[in-house]
Amino acid sequence: MIYLHLFLSFMKIGLFSFGGGYAMIPLIQKEIQSHGWLSASEFVDIIAIAEMTPGPIAVNSATFVGYKAAGILGGIVATAGVAIPSLVLILIVSNYFFKFQDHPLSKLIFYGVRPVIVGLIFAAAVFVAQTAFLRQGTTLSGSMLNLLSIIDLKSIFIFIIAIIGLVKFEIHPILIIVISSVLGLIFTML
Amino acid sequence: MKELWKLFITFCRMGAFTFGGGYAMLPMIQKEIVEKNKWATEEEVLDYYAIGQCTPGIIAINTATFIGFKRKGIPGSIAATAGMVFPSLVIISTIAMFFTEFQDLAIVKHAFSGIRVAVAALIANTVFKLLKTSVKDRLGVLIAGASFVSIAFLKISPIVAVVISATLGIITKTVRTGEM
Repeated sequence: MIYLHLFLSFMKIGLFSFGGGYAMIPLIQKEIQSHGWLSASEFVDIIAIAEMTPGPIAVNSATFVGYKAAGILGGIVATAGVAIPSLVLILIVSNYFFKFQDHPLSKLIFYGVRPVIVGLIFAAAVFVAQTAFLRQGTTLSGSMLNLLSIIDLKSIFIFIIAIIGLVKFEIHPILIIVISSVLGLIFTML
Repeated sequence: MKELWKLFITFCRMGAFTFGGGYAMLPMIQKEIVEKNKWATEEEVLDYYAIGQCTPGIIAINTATFIGFKRKGIPGSIAATAGMVFPSLVIISTIAMFFTEFQDLAIVKHAFSGIRVAVAALIANTVFKLLKTSVKDRLGVLIAGASFVSIAFLKISPIVAVVISATLGIITKTVRTGEM
């Protein structure tokens, strides 16, 4: 029963991975290999595709593996499997959260925690910026002079346009994504 | 029913344009959930993320479940989660069916190089918005800065940072109000 196996495997992936996305990749790889659902090179493709398409990486990978292993129904079953642990766990937690949200103790806890999440998001921004601004195959190291040669100027230009659009004109994030993808296309054609 | 449909459609729209999930979704949430629909405050969304960080699972789905539950209970959380994963299902199945070398297509690569920059700009913009609205005092700025450094450079687990700062929050606020 391949559908049941897909469902259970991805449920396991959804249940045992903290931190989302990239943290799940080794787990996904293990499950795929032990069931022989995909070849190693197909797995590398999946990571690239899951990254380059909208949606959470774990969900995208689940759909892709499920489809490759057992067609459309396989994709649906694997996706349901990866999403259900989050859904059930948070349903249990949210029941308590909304009950104790205004409790003095939880106010104190979240007073300290909110800035951490802001710091975390900033770390995520830096991580994405590193991959967006540096030329392919280079990493952030070495002297400042070296920095100039590895930075991708087109990316800086798109970044400035995006920030102006967001801050000055309050353009919707979706439109920013669309505009930037078009700019990315235009710049490489020039 | 109308409300459930609205939850589904709103999360569908966010899922279809969020590249990278998790934190990359935050700018969309800020616009669609906080500003447009007023389904949750900015502080609440940060709390959902904090809880999502400490529980296993996919952060984007954790957040969808929270907001859906707040609006319409269990049916609401299912509608929001279904909306969140629906674009992935459609897009990925289509790619798996018709494009064998999708990630190597020149047009995809070049468009994605632009999208990646947009994602960086969107997240950076969100950080500055949050610093203005949700980090209320100097201690908050200090905690935000310290956790950024420890996570980005010292590679400390986000869970550890969340637990430490929760304790710190309790201690400092108790000491302060105790003085008053």
